[in-house]
Amino acid sequence: MSWDWNYVVDVLPALLDGLRITVVATLLGSLVALVLGLVFAVLMRGPAPVRIVVRALVEFVRSTPLLVQVFFLFFVLPQFGVTLGALVVGVVALGLHYAAYNSEVYRAGIEAVPRGQWEAATALSLPRSRVWTGVILPQAIPRVLPALGNNVISMFKETPLLIGIGVLDIVGQAREAGNTSFRYVEVYTIAGLLFLVLSYPAALLVRRLERRVGSI
Amino acid sequence: MGDVGTWLQVLLLGLPATLIATVGGIVLTVVLSFVAGLALLSPSRAVRVISRVYVEGLRGTSEVVQLFWIFFALPVLVGFQIVPIWAGVLVLGLNHGAYGAEIVRGAVQSVPREQYEGALALSLSPVQRMRRVILPQAVVEMLPPFNNLFIQLLKSTALLSFVFVQEVTRQAHDVLIPAFNPYVFPILLLTLAFYLVLSLLITAGMRALERAAGRRLGRGAVPVG
Repeated sequence: MSWDWNYVVDVLPALLDGLRITVVATLLGSLVALVLGLVFAVLMRGPAPVRIVVRALVEFVRSTPLLVQVFFLFFVLPQFGVTLGALVVGVVALGLHYAAYNSEVYRAGIEAVPRGQWEAATALSLPRSRVWTGVILPQAIPRVLPALGNNVISMFKETPLLIGIGVLDIVGQAREAGNTSFRYVEVYTIAGLLFLVLSYPAALLVRRLERRVGSI
Repeated sequence: MGDVGTWLQVLLLGLPATLIATVGGIVLTVVLSFVAGLALLSPSRAVRVISRVYVEGLRGTSEVVQLFWIFFALPVLVGFQIVPIWAGVLVLGLNHGAYGAEIVRGAVQSVPREQYEGALALSLSPVQRMRRVILPQAVVEMLPPFNNLFIQLLKSTALLSFVFVQEVTRQAHDVLIPAFNPYVFPILLLTLAFYLVLSLLITAGMRALERAAGRRLGRGAVPVG
């Protein structure tokens, strides 16, 4: 069975359509992860009960497979009367999973802000919210941008496991096409190349950013 | 409440496959990490380029795609099908080995230059230099990131349910959920707990290795992070 370029041309629109879903899931999932991760990181510096609960949740999410978490949300939410589409469930699961990872990244950035900054902000009797938004976060976040970027790229490569709940991303489309044409070599090679074409330049960009801000 | 004992039994049927995939994947990951990681530091440009292509190629594509490629596309090219569990071990090892290679490279490069110079001054051969001086110090640096990598690998074994491996996730999804649908909440919580316990075991093992490797260097208590 040799490589069939005509078939590649035929199947490419479906794969690109899948790519659109993959990119949408990654962007929305990352948005959730960036915001929720920051919330987790700030709460981890809060009073003891909150800190402990958030810490435990983050450890739990990081220690268990994303695929099982996806199944969990997909099957359990409807029992509580929440019925969401597969893609939405996927975005929430990706967002929550990577929020756990991002919270660790933010935490490292927050801890790298010198103590004196906290003390100065307190001496100026800034309100707590202003200490975060005006003093700590503007210093913490730029340093962790490369690490956050890496997590976006990781998420991009993990979105295909949403095929487990029927999302037709790149791999979902490739599987559908392959199952009817049996041209597995073409569909999965193109699928892999599509990932590489987007993620490799993104990784190079993040590495350049890393050199500029210096990693922590 | 449903029958927790039955669920546990059904999930346990998947445990051997999950364990084989995890342990096999870890062994292959360690081997590939060292081979590719040291190759990234090779004086030969050709060796460095080959290793770099492997590392970037595997890190740049998705693990699910790699799994499907080995499982569905490779048989078309070579004419035979790999047993699903071994296809899984192969993909887990190849994928995580690419990440591990960067860990090995980084750790070896983090050993202070003076250590190379000292070993050179003692006229140790290049192999002795690596084996007796550089690697024992580098390994201590590698263990914490390898712990994270192995937990990632454990979590990735759930993907093998896509290629018909009867591991824990597949047992939950294909056997328990259809049979005990009203109880998906406790069933999936139990499934997650399974992986949590395995993660904690990996971490405990790696912490023990960290202490052992630290003692070997005469460093006594290694700060537990």
